[in-house]
Amino acid sequence: MTVAVSVVAAAAAADDRLLAREARKLRRSGSLGVSGWIAIGALVVLGLVALLAPLIVPTDPNAVSLSDAYLPASGSHPLGTDASGRDLLSRLIMGSQTALVGPLLVVVASTILGTALALCAVWFGGWFDQAVVRVVDAIFAFPGLLLAILATALFGSGLTAAVAALSIAYIPYIARIVRSAALSERSLPYVAALRVQGVRGFVIATRHILPNVSGLIVANGTLSFGFVLMDLAGLSFIGLGVQPPTADWGAMVGEGMSGVLQQQPLEALSASLLIVITVASVNILGDRLTERSEAHS
Amino acid sequence: MTETKSIPLPDKLASSWAGWPTLRFILGRILGLLATLFVASIVVFGALYLAPGNPLTFLTQGRSMSQEAIAALETQYHLNDPIWMQYLRWLGELLHGNFGTSIVYNQPVSTLLAARAPATVLVIVMAAAIVLAVGLAIGAYSGLRPGWLSRWTMAGATAIMAIPTFVAAVVLIIVFAVNLGWFPVFGSGAPGLDAVYHSILPAVALALASVAFVARLTQAAIRQELSAEHVQTAVSRGLPRRYIVQRHIVRNAAIPVLTVAGLTIAGLIAGSVIVEQVFQLGGIGQFLVSSVQQKDFPVVQAICLTYVAAFIVLNTLIDLAYALLDPRVSLGRKSS
Repeated sequence: MTVAVSVVAAAAAADDRLLAREARKLRRSGSLGVSGWIAIGALVVLGLVALLAPLIVPTDPNAVSLSDAYLPASGSHPLGTDASGRDLLSRLIMGSQTALVGPLLVVVASTILGTALALCAVWFGGWFDQAVVRVVDAIFAFPGLLLAILATALFGSGLTAAVAALSIAYIPYIARIVRSAALSERSLPYVAALRVQGVRGFVIATRHILPNVSGLIVANGTLSFGFVLMDLAGLSFIGLGVQPPTADWGAMVGEGMSGVLQQQPLEALSASLLIVITVASVNILGDRLTERSEAHS
Repeated sequence: MTETKSIPLPDKLASSWAGWPTLRFILGRILGLLATLFVASIVVFGALYLAPGNPLTFLTQGRSMSQEAIAALETQYHLNDPIWMQYLRWLGELLHGNFGTSIVYNQPVSTLLAARAPATVLVIVMAAAIVLAVGLAIGAYSGLRPGWLSRWTMAGATAIMAIPTFVAAVVLIIVFAVNLGWFPVFGSGAPGLDAVYHSILPAVALALASVAFVARLTQAAIRQELSAEHVQTAVSRGLPRRYIVQRHIVRNAAIPVLTVAGLTIAGLIAGSVIVEQVFQLGGIGQFLVSSVQQKDFPVVQAICLTYVAAFIVLNTLIDLAYALLDPRVSLGRKSS
């Protein structure tokens, strides 16, 4: 008897704990949480720096002065200089532009293409849906970095070819998510109600289904941004992306390798740090947004 | 989740029918694999025609080449035939193991790749071993022992996932090669143990983000199982913890975790290009980068196709293993 009572009590206690946890989750789901807001703050600062870069650089980021190589931090060079005597802080500020604009273009392009493809697939269904699934699977077989390298082999090193290639390579991620979300939306009563009223398919897809899956789209785009940034920076790092003398964080880590071997790791480390901070902020924000869109659905 | 017992079929029926869906499923996946490989080969071949200018000038890139060399290129790509004939011939040669001839080295690409493959395979295998051993161990520990240590471990894993491979490589070089001097900075070393020693830092750099990812995934899967009803029932029945962990938690959490871990390892293939370049390992990935820079397009084509093929084959194998290991996965339908 006592055993049974204690089991019931334990089960009730466990139930209470579960309920409390669910309640905490619900309360939290509306907001982004402290970490989410810190991430947003960091991204806003980085975005502003990139936007205003030409106005706020202390000195010309490309001014070479070989006699000033590897100067330590000082009044005129707050972070010192690199192997060619160029001001490190100015190059980091200028480098934020290429580092952030590339991923932004890729995310916007792949999100628009992938979402349009997925919505069409769901709406038309049948063989068109199957064809889209096959195409998306085929693209998925190419790792993004590899497709970008192939593109630079064809069209020459630089950001343009890489951005175009990655825009295609990242379509599958968004297309799969939107397709499965839109499929389940399509089976809901409100879509049937709209169809009965004679609303056109295009209007249902864009005005009704799209807004309902927009949370997922934004969350996925945010998470993709971090991965694209790492891909593009990696490409610049191995010398196939942004070309010298243009400042770019990934390229600066690569150029900093010679400094690393001469006990001058500041250039490589500072550019690395900015990349990691950006990607971490974007990932945290993406995680919070995903939690939120899951809690709402 | 209630436990459902399947109604046992009569022995004869069971044995004659059990093999069919499995066989159909395997054949279907292999057909899908071949279709994807076919598409990939079209993309890699067609790339030649996407390039600006006509294929011959793109291949030669203004290099001064002898008449024989140009004639050899023309026969290799059959540039005077219709495009579909060119493709079929190219594919036919490929299937016979002929990957073409390098323009820069004037040697068969397959010979060049074979010489460089061991370095690449070594670093990927070592990284995969690190991902499985360390990722699963950390994830399982912090999943089963909630507390401040596991919270901090998971926060650390989130941070590590934001570190690109090349940044990890540079930091490892600064700390362990330049400052501590425990490892060499560059080079692949002599074959054997020396090569393994030279590949330790590269493998760690390549594995780092995946270790964090697999650890997070394992932890989440185990937490989910811990709060599942069948585990809570087992706890309230007073079963020993070791038994619950082994029979209820690990077995259920293992299948999704191993699948995603497998896919993560397939993803290491692309990352190895960057690691090889940083550490100058002299593998296929480094060869790819130098071939892009030297505009040696036959080599670029061959390497891209090899990597994509390896990636697709690995993915398919993991897919098959997942479906065959977990009897709950319905074999007939494709889950997308």
